[in-house]
Amino acid sequence: MNNKISIHNLCLSIDRQPILKNVSLNIPTNKITVILGPSGCGKTTLLKSLNRLTDLIPGVQQSGEIMLDGVNILNGNQDLVDIRQKMGLLAQRPYPLPMNIYKNITYGLRISGRRNRQFLDKRVEHYLKMVNLWDEVKDRLKDPASALSIGQQQRLCLARGLAVDPEIILADEPTSSLDPISSKLIEEKFLELKSQYTIVLVTHILRQARRMADYVVFMYLGEVIEQGTPDELFNNPQHPVTKSYLSGQFY
Amino acid sequence: MKHIRLTRYRKWRNVFHQSWMMIALLAMLFIPLVLVAGLIMKSMLLLENHPLFELLFSSDWSPLSSRFGFLPFIVSSLWITILSLLISAPVCLLTAIHLTQYAKRWVLRIMHPVIDILAGIPSVIFGVWGILVIVPFISHQLGPLFGKSVSGYSILAGAFVLSIMIIPFMLNMLIDIIKAVPNELQEASLSLGASKWQTIKFVVVRKALPGIVSSFGLGMSRAFGETIAVLMVVGNVTRIPTGVFQPGYPLPALIANNYGEMLSIPLYDSALMLAALILFLVVLMFNVFSRFLILKAETH
Ligand SMILES: Nc1ncnc2c1ncn2[C@@H]1O[C@H](COP(=O)(O)OP(=O)(O)OP(=O)(O)O)[C@@H](O)[C@H]1O
Ligand SMILES: [Mg+2]
Repeated sequence: MNNKISIHNLCLSIDRQPILKNVSLNIPTNKITVILGPSGCGKTTLLKSLNRLTDLIPGVQQSGEIMLDGVNILNGNQDLVDIRQKMGLLAQRPYPLPMNIYKNITYGLRISGRRNRQFLDKRVEHYLKMVNLWDEVKDRLKDPASALSIGQQQRLCLARGLAVDPEIILADEPTSSLDPISSKLIEEKFLELKSQYTIVLVTHILRQARRMADYVVFMYLGEVIEQGTPDELFNNPQHPVTKSYLSGQFY
Repeated sequence: MKHIRLTRYRKWRNVFHQSWMMIALLAMLFIPLVLVAGLIMKSMLLLENHPLFELLFSSDWSPLSSRFGFLPFIVSSLWITILSLLISAPVCLLTAIHLTQYAKRWVLRIMHPVIDILAGIPSVIFGVWGILVIVPFISHQLGPLFGKSVSGYSILAGAFVLSIMIIPFMLNMLIDIIKAVPNELQEASLSLGASKWQTIKFVVVRKALPGIVSSFGLGMSRAFGETIAVLMVVGNVTRIPTGVFQPGYPLPALIANNYGEMLSIPLYDSALMLAALILFLVVLMFNVFSRFLILKAETH
């Protein structure tokens, strides 16, 4: 199996409080890797450390290795903009930028200096269609993005992330604030997208994990307790904590 | 029977408690109304004798021959207010951005009470400082630099002192406003490949813009009404200032300097009341506009 990202002994602490402890795992290319675990175990933190958003946390300390295409992105001399453009982040809740729908989609492109109107128009249409939002918003691209419904906003955020042409999609419980139909749309989209992208999906929902996962990582209290194929992990968990989590004894 | 009396007692106690809170509230709303009504009534005398247009746009101020042109005062007030905002707004905005986005956490933790203390310094102290430092500085350094021989008592001195006074006031608001921009929004921008500065420019400031504008508005209304500190350094010469090195005579100074002196001239008395009314209305306008912006931003 080809690994897009491999993490070795990643430790992360905030104000000397360890949050991630010796995390080592591989994220296979063009697959959906699902990160499972109870609330507060460090899933979001792990996801954000992949595109170095954890740098923003005051009092943070990180050590270890995160290899992206064979290059360690945790050592200082990496260009953060490059790293981040390789990954599209879909947050737990949608945060549309304070501008209109069109500008939300083109933000990443405009930031990197691409201003050609026709090119941008085409991109907007392409990515909005990709997330099944085009028909709903094509007549109001100049409206503020905050006017959209939450489900629409989440799809907009996905389109916005895809528009910078990333190789990896980091999704942090992308359906947690959505209704069942919007959730289903996003899930289907992900299954479709995985042929082109490497997807890391954090979720609370066991059934969603079963539906989506090609590779599963189970975290508990900042540690990776177990990882493997869905078959291995769901049907034959080794660790007692995994077993009790999967049987629904805690969340 | 006893029970009924008890519930009735409770009911009345309730009414009593509610009513005195109501009275306090009404008094709070009532006093400004009485104030405005009083100002209007007292300035009626002047308004009956002179058309409002002439009062506002004439620059001839000679109360003894009963000519009341408010233009020099209005222009002075506007000059000083706008100039002080031009000085303080960029300083405040950049400081607030630095403190919230770049500085270490402990810096902000120390700066917060420091700013509060600065905001609480009595304005007369700023006035004294203006006389001791700013006025000589303008007279000896800044004036000659521009080839002018000036006393230093000027619009510029007033604006300087004012901007120092309103900086802590606006800075406190700006820090809170910028801090309220959700972290996730910045993360979204950064993860799309924006640099930190681009994120601040296009997302943080953009998101906080209504709040920023309204804090400037509140700062302006503060500046427009500030009396003592400005009065001490501005020169108080009744003439429309045509440059920042010239002395001016803002509205609050006019009232503070003259009220109670020539009450034997009823029109003069009335003119000062009109000055107060104009001051009140302008400050009210700034305030209402700023609050409206905040409200609009919050509901969005
Ligand atoms: N900015 C921060 N400052 C201090 N502690 C933090 C910060 N961010 C996260 N933590 C701590 O790190 C731990 C892991 O948080 P994280 O958000 O990664 O959990 P999570 O697994 O995503 O939980 P959830 O499923 O509830 O989203 C928590 O104990 C949290 O309190
Ligand atoms: Mg989380």
